[in-house]
Amino acid sequence: MTDPVVVTGLGIVSPTGLGTAPYWSATRRGVSGIGPITRFAADGYPARLAGEINGFVAGEHLPGRLLPQTDRMTQLALVAGDWALADAGITPADLPAFDMGVCTASAQGGFEFGQNELRNLWSQGSRYVSAYQSFAWFYAVNSGQLSIRNGMKGPSGVVVSDQAGGLDAVANARRQIRKGTAVMVTGAVDASLCPWGWVAQLASRRLSTSDDPDRAYLPFDERANGHVPGEGGAILVMERASRAVARGAHVYGQVAGYGATFDPAPGSGGQPGLARAIRLALAEADLPPENVDVVFADAAGIPELDQAEADAITEVFGPYGVPVTAPKTMTGRLYSGAAPLDLAAALLAMDEGLIPQTVNVTPAERYRLDLVTDHPRAAQLCSALVLARGYGGFNSAVLLRSGYPQRVAAAR
Amino acid sequence: MTERQFTVDDLHRILVEGAGETEGGALGPDTIDTTFDELGYESIALLETGSRIEREFGVSLSDEDVMDSRTPRGLIEAVNTRLGTTSGAAV
Repeated sequence: MTDPVVVTGLGIVSPTGLGTAPYWSATRRGVSGIGPITRFAADGYPARLAGEINGFVAGEHLPGRLLPQTDRMTQLALVAGDWALADAGITPADLPAFDMGVCTASAQGGFEFGQNELRNLWSQGSRYVSAYQSFAWFYAVNSGQLSIRNGMKGPSGVVVSDQAGGLDAVANARRQIRKGTAVMVTGAVDASLCPWGWVAQLASRRLSTSDDPDRAYLPFDERANGHVPGEGGAILVMERASRAVARGAHVYGQVAGYGATFDPAPGSGGQPGLARAIRLALAEADLPPENVDVVFADAAGIPELDQAEADAITEVFGPYGVPVTAPKTMTGRLYSGAAPLDLAAALLAMDEGLIPQTVNVTPAERYRLDLVTDHPRAAQLCSALVLARGYGGFNSAVLLRSGYPQRVAAAR
Repeated sequence: MTERQFTVDDLHRILVEGAGETEGGALGPDTIDTTFDELGYESIALLETGSRIEREFGVSLSDEDVMDSRTPRGLIEAVNTRLGTTSGAAV
Protein backbone atom coordinates (compact mmCIF):
# COMPACT_ATOMS: atom_id res chain seq x y z
CA MET A 1 0.00 0.00 0.00
CA THR A 2 1.28 3.43 -0.82
CA ASP A 3 1.84 5.92 1.92
CA PRO A 4 0.67 9.34 0.72
CA VAL A 5 2.68 12.50 1.31
CA VAL A 6 0.65 15.00 3.31
CA VAL A 7 0.89 18.62 4.40
CA THR A 8 0.90 19.07 8.17
CA GLY A 9 2.15 22.64 8.59
CA LEU A 10 1.43 26.01 6.97
CA GLY A 11 3.36 29.26 7.33
CA ILE A 12 1.82 32.15 5.43
CA VAL A 13 3.31 35.57 4.74
CA SER A 14 1.04 37.49 2.39
CA PRO A 15 -0.10 41.00 1.53
CA THR A 16 -3.48 40.15 3.07
CA GLY A 17 -2.19 38.67 6.29
CA LEU A 18 0.80 37.46 8.29
CA GLY A 19 -0.07 34.01 9.58
CA THR A 20 -2.71 31.52 8.53
CA ALA A 21 -5.64 32.91 10.52
CA PRO A 22 -5.34 36.54 9.37
CA TYR A 23 -4.69 35.44 5.77
CA TRP A 24 -7.67 33.11 5.63
CA SER A 25 -9.95 35.58 7.37
CA ALA A 26 -9.09 38.26 4.78
CA THR A 27 -9.31 35.79 1.89
CA ARG A 28 -12.74 34.43 2.77
CA ARG A 29 -13.99 38.02 3.11
CA GLY A 30 -12.48 39.09 -0.21
CA VAL A 31 -10.21 41.75 1.28
CA SER A 32 -7.56 42.93 -1.17
CA GLY A 33 -3.97 43.77 -0.27
CA ILE A 34 -3.24 45.60 -3.53
CA GLY A 35 -2.44 49.29 -3.30
CA PRO A 36 0.01 52.02 -4.32
CA ILE A 37 3.66 51.10 -3.77
CA THR A 38 4.97 52.64 -0.57
CA ARG A 39 8.38 51.04 -0.20
CA PHE A 40 10.09 53.06 -2.89
CA ALA A 41 9.18 56.11 -4.95
CA ALA A 42 7.31 54.45 -7.80
CA ASP A 43 5.86 57.63 -9.35
CA GLY A 44 8.23 57.57 -12.30
CA TYR A 45 7.57 53.96 -13.26
CA PRO A 46 4.88 52.77 -15.66
CA ALA A 47 3.45 50.38 -13.04
CA ARG A 48 2.78 51.76 -9.56
CA LEU A 49 0.62 49.22 -7.71
CA ALA A 50 1.71 46.16 -5.74
CA GLY A 51 0.59 43.73 -3.10
CA GLU A 52 2.90 44.81 -0.28
CA ILE A 53 3.27 43.10 3.08
CA ASN A 54 2.83 45.74 5.75
CA GLY A 55 3.77 45.54 9.39
CA PHE A 56 6.47 42.89 9.09
CA VAL A 57 9.40 43.73 11.39
CA ALA A 58 12.04 41.06 10.94
CA GLY A 59 13.80 41.90 14.21
CA GLU A 60 10.67 40.97 16.17
CA HIS A 61 10.91 37.41 14.87
CA LEU A 62 14.55 36.68 14.04
CA PRO A 63 17.85 36.90 15.94
CA GLY A 64 20.03 39.93 15.30
CA ARG A 65 22.77 37.84 13.74
CA LEU A 66 20.51 36.98 10.80
CA LEU A 67 19.40 40.51 9.95
CA PRO A 68 22.52 41.90 8.20
CA GLN A 69 22.91 38.74 6.11
CA THR A 70 19.35 38.34 4.79
CA ASP A 71 17.20 39.90 2.12
CA ARG A 72 13.58 40.63 2.95
CA MET A 73 12.44 37.52 1.06
CA THR A 74 14.66 35.37 3.28
CA GLN A 75 13.48 37.04 6.47
CA LEU A 76 9.89 36.39 5.44
CA ALA A 77 10.70 32.79 4.47
CA LEU A 78 12.44 32.09 7.79
CA VAL A 79 9.49 33.40 9.78
CA ALA A 80 7.04 31.47 7.59
CA GLY A 81 9.21 28.39 8.18
CA ASP A 82 9.07 28.89 11.95
CA TRP A 83 5.29 29.21 11.78
CA ALA A 84 4.89 26.17 9.53
CA LEU A 85 6.98 23.96 11.81
CA ALA A 86 5.12 25.18 14.91
CA ASP A 87 1.82 24.55 13.11
CA ALA A 88 2.97 21.01 12.29
CA GLY A 89 3.95 20.47 15.91
CA ILE A 90 7.52 19.70 14.88
CA THR A 91 10.52 20.80 16.94
CA PRO A 92 13.47 20.31 14.58
CA ALA A 93 15.97 20.03 17.44
CA ASP A 94 14.18 16.86 18.55
CA LEU A 95 14.69 15.08 15.22
CA PRO A 96 17.83 13.63 13.60
CA ALA A 97 19.33 16.32 11.35
CA PHE A 98 19.55 14.08 8.29
CA ASP A 99 15.85 13.15 8.53
CA MET A 100 14.83 16.71 7.60
CA GLY A 101 15.35 18.53 4.30
CA VAL A 102 14.41 21.75 2.51
CA CYS A 103 13.36 22.44 -1.06
CA THR A 104 12.05 25.89 -1.98
CA ALA A 105 11.49 27.75 -5.22
CA SER A 106 12.77 31.19 -6.13
CA ALA A 107 11.96 33.38 -9.09
CA GLN A 108 14.09 36.38 -8.35
CA GLY A 109 16.49 36.06 -5.46
CA GLY A 110 17.40 38.72 -2.94
CA PHE A 111 16.95 41.76 -5.15
CA GLU A 112 16.70 44.42 -2.47
CA PHE A 113 19.84 43.21 -0.72
CA GLY A 114 21.61 42.98 -4.07
CA GLN A 115 20.52 46.44 -5.09
CA ASN A 116 21.90 47.95 -1.90
CA GLU A 117 25.24 46.23 -2.39
CA LEU A 118 25.43 47.25 -6.05
CA ARG A 119 24.82 50.82 -4.90
CA ASN A 120 27.67 50.46 -2.41
CA LEU A 121 29.92 49.05 -5.14
CA TRP A 122 29.33 51.84 -7.65
CA SER A 123 29.09 54.76 -5.23
CA GLN A 124 31.82 53.81 -2.74
CA GLY A 125 33.84 50.93 -4.12
CA SER A 126 34.29 47.21 -3.74
CA ARG A 127 35.49 47.45 -0.15
CA TYR A 128 32.01 48.66 0.81
CA VAL A 129 30.18 45.59 -0.49
CA SER A 130 28.93 43.31 2.29
CA ALA A 131 30.61 39.93 2.52
CA TYR A 132 27.10 38.54 2.84
CA GLN A 133 26.35 39.55 -0.74
CA SER A 134 28.23 36.33 -1.55
CA PHE A 135 24.99 34.44 -0.84
CA ALA A 136 22.22 36.81 0.28
CA TRP A 137 21.06 37.56 -3.29
CA PHE A 138 21.19 33.95 -4.45
CA TYR A 139 18.17 31.91 -5.53
CA ALA A 140 19.06 29.04 -3.19
CA VAL A 141 19.50 31.23 -0.13
CA ASN A 142 16.05 30.63 1.37
CA SER A 143 16.61 26.88 1.30
CA GLY A 144 20.08 27.33 2.79
CA GLN A 145 18.99 29.66 5.57
CA LEU A 146 15.96 27.51 6.40
CA SER A 147 18.17 24.44 6.65
CA ILE A 148 20.77 26.21 8.82
CA ARG A 149 18.22 27.84 11.13
CA ASN A 150 16.41 24.56 11.71
CA GLY A 151 19.40 22.23 11.66
CA MET A 152 18.10 20.30 8.65
CA LYS A 153 20.90 18.38 6.94
CA GLY A 154 18.87 16.13 4.66
CA PRO A 155 18.27 16.84 0.95
CA SER A 156 18.30 20.54 0.13
CA GLY A 157 17.66 22.37 -3.10
CA VAL A 158 15.98 25.15 -5.01
CA VAL A 159 13.85 25.14 -8.16
CA VAL A 160 13.89 28.17 -10.44
CA SER A 161 11.02 28.04 -12.94
CA ASP A 162 9.26 31.34 -12.26
CA GLN A 163 5.73 30.97 -10.93
CA ALA A 164 5.58 27.23 -11.77
CA GLY A 165 8.52 26.69 -9.43
CA GLY A 166 6.27 26.98 -6.41
CA LEU A 167 4.64 23.68 -7.40
CA ASP A 168 7.83 22.11 -8.75
CA ALA A 169 9.52 22.62 -5.36
CA VAL A 170 6.66 20.91 -3.55
CA ALA A 171 6.85 18.00 -6.02
CA ASN A 172 10.58 17.71 -5.45
CA ALA A 173 10.07 17.75 -1.68
CA ARG A 174 7.52 14.97 -2.08
CA ARG A 175 10.09 12.99 -4.09
CA GLN A 176 12.60 13.32 -1.24
CA ILE A 177 10.03 12.06 1.26
CA ARG A 178 9.33 9.07 -0.97
CA LYS A 179 13.06 8.40 -1.05
CA GLY A 180 13.15 8.31 2.74
CA THR A 181 13.46 11.79 4.25
CA ALA A 182 11.00 12.03 7.15
CA VAL A 183 10.20 15.74 7.05
CA MET A 184 10.55 18.25 4.22
CA VAL A 185 10.14 22.01 4.46
CA THR A 186 9.01 23.38 1.10
CA GLY A 187 7.09 26.16 -0.65
CA ALA A 188 8.48 29.54 -1.57
CA VAL A 189 8.61 33.22 -0.70
CA ASP A 190 9.53 35.93 -3.18
CA ALA A 191 9.80 39.63 -2.35
CA SER A 192 11.52 42.07 -4.65
CA LEU A 193 9.55 45.30 -4.40
CA CYS A 194 12.55 47.57 -4.92
CA PRO A 195 13.57 49.58 -8.00
CA TRP A 196 15.90 46.90 -9.36
CA GLY A 197 13.36 44.14 -8.87
CA TRP A 198 10.65 46.34 -10.32
CA VAL A 199 12.58 47.13 -13.48
CA ALA A 200 13.30 43.43 -13.96
CA GLN A 201 9.58 42.69 -13.71
CA LEU A 202 8.63 45.55 -16.03
CA ALA A 203 10.78 43.92 -18.71
CA SER A 204 8.20 41.14 -19.02
CA ARG A 205 5.67 43.73 -20.30
CA ARG A 206 3.06 41.86 -18.30
CA LEU A 207 2.55 44.39 -15.51
CA SER A 208 -0.65 46.36 -15.23
CA THR A 209 -0.19 50.11 -15.55
CA SER A 210 -3.55 50.88 -13.96
CA ASP A 211 -3.61 53.09 -10.87
CA ASP A 212 -6.93 51.70 -9.66
CA PRO A 213 -6.33 48.79 -7.21
CA ASP A 214 -9.74 47.35 -8.06
CA ARG A 215 -9.17 47.39 -11.83
CA ALA A 216 -5.48 46.63 -12.17
CA TYR A 217 -5.45 42.80 -12.04
CA LEU A 218 -8.49 41.28 -13.74
CA PRO A 219 -7.77 37.76 -15.01
CA PHE A 220 -10.48 36.23 -17.25
CA ASP A 221 -12.13 39.64 -17.57
CA GLU A 222 -12.58 41.56 -20.86
CA ARG A 223 -10.74 44.43 -19.15
CA ALA A 224 -7.66 42.30 -18.34
CA ASN A 225 -4.53 44.39 -18.85
CA GLY A 226 -1.70 42.66 -17.02
CA HIS A 227 -0.98 41.69 -13.45
CA VAL A 228 0.02 43.39 -10.23
CA PRO A 229 3.12 41.93 -8.55
CA GLY A 230 3.04 41.14 -4.88
CA GLU A 231 5.42 39.80 -2.25
CA GLY A 232 5.21 36.83 0.07
CA GLY A 233 4.21 33.22 -0.26
CA ALA A 234 3.90 30.17 1.96
CA ILE A 235 6.15 27.58 3.53
CA LEU A 236 4.73 24.07 3.94
CA VAL A 237 5.78 21.14 6.09
CA MET A 238 5.29 17.74 4.48
CA GLU A 239 5.74 14.16 5.69
CA ARG A 240 4.29 10.70 5.13
CA ALA A 241 0.67 10.21 6.12
CA SER A 242 1.59 7.25 8.35
CA ARG A 243 4.07 9.39 10.25
CA ALA A 244 1.60 12.26 10.62
CA VAL A 245 -1.16 9.96 11.82
CA ALA A 246 1.15 8.12 14.22
CA ARG A 247 2.07 11.35 15.99
CA GLY A 248 -1.48 12.67 15.90
CA ALA A 249 -0.70 15.65 13.68
CA HIS A 250 -3.36 17.67 11.91
CA VAL A 251 -3.37 16.64 8.25
CA TYR A 252 -4.36 19.48 5.91
CA GLY A 253 -4.33 17.30 2.84
CA GLN A 254 -2.42 15.06 0.53
CA VAL A 255 -0.24 16.01 -2.43
CA ALA A 256 -1.81 13.32 -4.59
CA GLY A 257 -0.77 14.23 -8.11
CA TYR A 258 1.72 16.38 -9.99
CA GLY A 259 2.39 17.14 -13.60
CA ALA A 260 4.89 19.50 -15.22
CA THR A 261 5.24 20.27 -18.92
CA PHE A 262 6.96 22.77 -21.15
CA ASP A 263 5.30 24.73 -23.94
CA PRO A 264 6.55 24.24 -27.49
CA ALA A 265 8.64 26.95 -29.09
CA PRO A 266 6.51 29.89 -30.29
CA GLY A 267 5.57 29.46 -33.93
CA SER A 268 6.34 25.74 -33.95
CA GLY A 269 2.65 24.86 -34.13
CA GLY A 270 2.84 22.51 -31.15
CA GLN A 271 0.10 22.30 -28.54
CA PRO A 272 0.46 24.32 -25.32
CA GLY A 273 1.40 22.09 -22.40
CA LEU A 274 -0.95 23.09 -19.57
CA ALA A 275 -3.73 20.59 -20.35
CA ARG A 276 -1.15 17.81 -20.43
CA ALA A 277 0.20 18.90 -17.03
CA ILE A 278 -3.34 18.76 -15.62
CA ARG A 279 -3.89 15.29 -17.08
CA LEU A 280 -0.58 14.06 -15.66
CA ALA A 281 -1.55 15.28 -12.18
CA LEU A 282 -5.00 13.69 -12.37
CA ALA A 283 -3.59 10.42 -13.72
CA GLU A 284 -1.09 10.16 -10.90
CA ALA A 285 -3.84 10.82 -8.36
CA ASP A 286 -6.05 8.32 -10.21
CA LEU A 287 -8.86 10.86 -10.14
CA PRO A 288 -11.24 11.45 -13.08
CA PRO A 289 -11.85 15.11 -14.00
CA GLU A 290 -15.45 15.00 -12.74
CA ASN A 291 -14.14 14.29 -9.23
CA VAL A 292 -12.03 17.45 -9.08
CA ASP A 293 -13.94 19.90 -6.89
CA VAL A 294 -12.17 23.19 -7.56
CA VAL A 295 -9.35 24.66 -9.67
CA PHE A 296 -7.08 27.42 -8.39
CA ALA A 297 -6.04 29.11 -11.61
CA ASP A 298 -2.69 30.61 -12.56
CA ALA A 299 -4.71 33.66 -13.70
CA ALA A 300 -2.13 35.59 -15.71
CA GLY A 301 -4.35 38.59 -16.43
CA ILE A 302 -3.03 38.74 -20.03
CA PRO A 303 -5.80 37.94 -22.57
CA GLU A 304 -3.90 35.35 -24.61
CA LEU A 305 -2.55 33.64 -21.48
CA ASP A 306 -5.99 33.66 -19.87
CA GLN A 307 -7.32 32.12 -23.07
CA ALA A 308 -4.66 29.40 -23.05
CA GLU A 309 -5.46 28.55 -19.43
CA ALA A 310 -9.23 28.58 -19.99
CA ASP A 311 -8.72 26.34 -23.05
CA ALA A 312 -6.72 23.86 -20.98
CA ILE A 313 -9.32 23.83 -18.18
CA THR A 314 -12.29 23.43 -20.55
CA GLU A 315 -10.41 20.80 -22.57
CA VAL A 316 -10.05 18.61 -19.47
CA PHE A 317 -13.19 19.51 -17.49
CA GLY A 318 -15.56 20.77 -20.19
CA PRO A 319 -17.07 24.26 -20.44
CA TYR A 320 -18.20 25.51 -17.02
CA GLY A 321 -17.27 22.00 -15.83
CA VAL A 322 -15.54 22.83 -12.54
CA PRO A 323 -15.49 25.81 -10.17
CA VAL A 324 -12.42 27.96 -10.84
CA THR A 325 -11.02 30.65 -8.59
CA ALA A 326 -8.05 33.01 -8.29
CA PRO A 327 -7.67 34.39 -4.76
CA LYS A 328 -4.37 35.84 -5.97
CA THR A 329 -6.50 38.71 -7.32
CA MET A 330 -6.31 39.90 -3.68
CA THR A 331 -2.53 39.59 -3.25
CA GLY A 332 -1.14 40.19 -6.72
CA ARG A 333 1.09 37.62 -8.35
CA LEU A 334 3.75 36.47 -5.88
CA TYR A 335 5.98 34.73 -8.45
CA SER A 336 7.37 31.54 -6.89
CA GLY A 337 5.43 32.31 -3.70
CA ALA A 338 2.07 32.31 -5.51
CA ALA A 339 1.49 28.60 -5.98
CA PRO A 340 2.49 27.58 -2.43
CA LEU A 341 0.07 30.23 -1.17
CA ASP A 342 -2.59 28.81 -3.50
CA LEU A 343 -1.86 25.34 -2.11
CA ALA A 344 -2.36 26.73 1.40
CA ALA A 345 -5.58 28.45 0.32
CA ALA A 346 -6.82 25.24 -1.32
CA LEU A 347 -6.08 23.21 1.84
CA LEU A 348 -7.86 25.77 4.00
CA ALA A 349 -10.75 25.84 1.52
CA MET A 350 -11.09 22.05 1.78
CA ASP A 351 -10.91 22.26 5.58
CA GLU A 352 -13.75 24.76 5.72
CA GLY A 353 -15.76 23.71 2.68
CA LEU A 354 -15.57 27.15 1.16
CA ILE A 355 -14.15 28.28 -2.19
CA PRO A 356 -12.62 31.74 -1.82
CA GLN A 357 -13.62 34.26 -4.40
CA THR A 358 -11.87 35.95 -7.31
CA VAL A 359 -12.25 39.65 -6.53
CA ASN A 360 -13.09 42.52 -8.89
CA VAL A 361 -13.47 40.26 -11.94
CA THR A 362 -16.45 40.04 -14.28
CA PRO A 363 -15.72 36.84 -16.22
CA ALA A 364 -15.75 37.13 -20.00
CA GLU A 365 -18.17 34.59 -21.49
CA ARG A 366 -15.71 33.49 -24.14
CA TYR A 367 -13.57 31.73 -21.52
CA ARG A 368 -16.50 29.46 -20.55
CA LEU A 369 -15.30 29.15 -16.95
CA ASP A 370 -17.37 28.76 -13.78
CA LEU A 371 -15.34 31.46 -12.05
CA VAL A 372 -16.20 31.99 -8.39
CA THR A 373 -16.70 35.74 -8.13
CA ASP A 374 -18.45 38.30 -5.91
CA HIS A 375 -18.63 36.09 -2.82
CA PRO A 376 -17.14 32.80 -1.60
CA ARG A 377 -19.00 29.61 -2.46
CA ALA A 378 -19.81 26.90 0.07
CA ALA A 379 -18.95 23.47 -1.32
CA GLN A 380 -17.84 20.09 -0.06
CA LEU A 381 -14.28 19.89 -1.32
CA CYS A 382 -12.47 16.56 -1.37
CA SER A 383 -9.93 17.57 -4.00
CA ALA A 384 -8.42 20.73 -5.44
CA LEU A 385 -6.22 21.38 -8.46
CA VAL A 386 -3.65 24.18 -8.30
CA LEU A 387 -2.15 25.51 -11.54
CA ALA A 388 0.94 27.63 -12.05
CA ARG A 389 2.77 28.82 -15.13
CA GLY A 390 6.21 30.32 -15.41
CA TYR A 391 7.56 32.88 -17.86
CA GLY A 392 9.08 31.10 -20.82
CA GLY A 393 6.74 28.13 -21.03
CA PHE A 394 6.66 26.32 -17.67
CA ASN A 395 3.37 24.61 -16.75
CA SER A 396 2.78 22.81 -13.48
CA ALA A 397 -0.25 21.29 -11.80
CA VAL A 398 -0.70 19.81 -8.33
CA LEU A 399 -3.74 17.80 -7.28
CA LEU A 400 -4.54 17.92 -3.57
CA ARG A 401 -6.86 15.57 -1.74
CA SER A 402 -8.42 16.69 1.51
CA GLY A 403 -6.99 15.57 4.84
CA TYR A 404 -10.29 14.05 5.87
CA PRO A 405 -9.43 10.34 5.41
CA GLN A 406 -6.23 10.71 7.41
CA ARG A 407 -8.04 12.57 10.16
CA VAL A 408 -10.57 9.78 10.48
CA ALA A 409 -7.73 7.28 10.66
CA ALA A 410 -6.00 9.34 13.32
CA ALA A 411 -9.15 9.56 15.42
CA ARG A 412 -9.65 5.81 15.53
CA MET B 1 49.22 63.24 16.40
CA THR B 2 47.63 60.82 18.84
CA GLU B 3 47.73 57.28 17.62
CA ARG B 4 44.24 55.82 17.28
CA GLN B 5 43.66 52.70 19.31
CA PHE B 6 41.30 49.95 18.27
CA THR B 7 39.27 49.07 21.38
CA VAL B 8 36.89 46.33 22.43
CA ASP B 9 34.06 48.86 22.11
CA ASP B 10 35.07 49.56 18.51
CA LEU B 11 35.09 45.86 17.76
CA HIS B 12 31.68 45.35 19.36
CA ARG B 13 30.16 48.24 17.41
CA ILE B 14 31.63 47.11 14.07
CA LEU B 15 30.67 43.47 14.61
CA VAL B 16 27.07 44.44 15.33
CA GLU B 17 26.90 46.83 12.37
CA GLY B 18 28.25 44.33 9.91
CA ALA B 19 27.17 40.96 11.23
CA GLY B 20 24.44 41.60 13.79
CA GLU B 21 24.15 41.10 17.51
CA THR B 22 24.38 37.71 19.17
CA GLU B 23 22.18 36.62 22.03
CA GLY B 24 25.14 37.03 24.37
CA GLY B 25 25.05 40.85 24.21
CA ALA B 26 28.01 43.24 24.30
CA LEU B 27 31.62 42.18 24.00
CA GLY B 28 33.45 42.98 27.19
CA PRO B 29 36.09 41.79 29.65
CA ASP B 30 34.15 38.53 30.19
CA THR B 31 34.09 37.55 26.55
CA ILE B 32 37.29 39.03 25.19
CA ASP B 33 38.95 35.61 25.25
CA THR B 34 35.91 33.67 24.05
CA THR B 35 36.31 32.37 20.51
CA PHE B 36 34.30 34.07 17.76
CA ASP B 37 32.88 30.66 17.01
CA GLU B 38 31.47 30.38 20.52
CA LEU B 39 30.20 33.95 20.34
CA GLY B 40 28.21 32.99 17.22
CA TYR B 41 30.29 34.70 14.52
CA GLU B 42 31.35 32.54 11.58
CA SER B 43 34.06 33.18 8.99
CA ILE B 44 31.94 35.43 6.77
CA ALA B 45 31.07 37.59 9.78
CA LEU B 46 34.81 38.00 10.40
CA LEU B 47 35.51 38.83 6.75
CA GLU B 48 32.82 41.50 6.87
CA THR B 49 34.16 42.81 10.17
CA GLY B 50 37.73 42.92 8.84
CA SER B 51 36.58 44.83 5.81
CA ARG B 52 34.75 47.39 7.95
CA ILE B 53 37.74 47.83 10.26
CA GLU B 54 39.95 48.49 7.21
CA ARG B 55 37.54 51.13 5.92
CA GLU B 56 37.09 52.94 9.21
CA PHE B 57 40.64 52.78 10.53
CA GLY B 58 42.49 53.08 7.23
CA VAL B 59 44.51 49.94 7.84
CA SER B 60 45.20 46.98 5.65
CA LEU B 61 44.53 43.60 7.27
CA SER B 62 45.73 40.35 5.81
CA ASP B 63 43.44 37.33 5.66
CA GLU B 64 45.60 35.81 8.39
CA ASP B 65 45.14 38.86 10.64
CA VAL B 66 41.41 38.33 10.50
CA MET B 67 40.95 34.59 10.17
CA ASP B 68 43.71 33.50 12.57
CA SER B 69 42.45 35.81 15.32
CA ARG B 70 40.23 33.34 17.01
CA THR B 71 39.14 35.66 19.82
CA PRO B 72 38.24 39.36 20.18
CA ARG B 73 41.54 39.91 22.02
CA GLY B 74 43.45 38.34 19.14
CA LEU B 75 41.75 40.52 16.54
CA ILE B 76 42.12 43.71 18.61
CA GLU B 77 45.83 43.02 18.98
CA ALA B 78 46.22 42.29 15.29
CA VAL B 79 44.52 45.55 14.34
CA ASN B 80 46.54 47.59 16.81
CA THR B 81 49.75 46.03 15.52
CA ARG B 82 48.80 47.15 12.00
CA LEU B 83 47.83 50.60 13.30
CA GLY B 84 51.24 50.88 14.93
CA THR B 85 53.19 49.79 11.89
CA THR B 86 51.23 51.98 9.53
CA SER B 87 50.92 55.07 11.73
CA GLY B 88 54.18 56.55 10.45
CA ALA B 89 52.95 56.39 6.91
CA ALA B 90 49.47 57.63 7.74
CA VAL B 91 48.48 60.95 6.22
